[in-house]
Amino acid sequence: MSEEDYEEDGEMNGKKFLYVNRRGPYGTVYALESLEVVLIGAAFEQDVSLAFMDDGVYQLKKGQNTDGMGMKNFSPTYRALEMYDVEKLFVSKESMDERGLTTEDLIVDVEVIDNAAMADLMEDAEVVLSF
Amino acid sequence: MLLHTVNKSPFERNSFAQCMGHAKKGSSVLLIEDGVFAALKGAANESVVSNAIGDIGVYVLGPDLNARGMTDEDVIDGVKIVDYTGFVELAAEHDVVQSWL
Repeated sequence: MSEEDYEEDGEMNGKKFLYVNRRGPYGTVYALESLEVVLIGAAFEQDVSLAFMDDGVYQLKKGQNTDGMGMKNFSPTYRALEMYDVEKLFVSKESMDERGLTTEDLIVDVEVIDNAAMADLMEDAEVVLSF
Repeated sequence: MLLHTVNKSPFERNSFAQCMGHAKKGSSVLLIEDGVFAALKGAANESVVSNAIGDIGVYVLGPDLNARGMTDEDVIDGVKIVDYTGFVELAAEHDVVQSWL
């Protein structure tokens, strides 16, 4: 970020951030890392949107239970995002269809958009962070 | 006889497809980690699994399945769910393990 991004009082201008999540949870660390960066970013009062596509849609699957596996179940955190004013969650329609998933299978309210709308979302963002 | 393991998502890598292409009749395939996504009903590769069952034993690791929010009801008919003990037993029963990393 350059100096122009900061106001004189040190406050940052609200930029449009888009986090693109394309990996399933647990198999790699991407999903958890993304969530942590989102929460850190939210503290700076940016305009944050989250996009879930490809296996990333599995991050939002209901009923995750990691008891048998010995890893922390971080899926409840997606429900807490609201409290950090992170309310714009988008999922790819094509990715959901390919996996036989519907919004009923997800733990949070999302907006389902097609790939064309997803492309517009990326074009519209000022900063894109990919996980 | 060979035990194949797949730990990558079938949507992201060709490990699962390669595994199924190389699994001979009588061998077994165990899906672990992100490989469990290949065992789910309604997903694009469902027919690959259902066609193979009978010739090949297809197993999925329960703890990895549950972690991803799936239960036995979400799994393609004929796929057997095993726990860690089952994983060890499969490895012991087979002569060789081929891991499709």
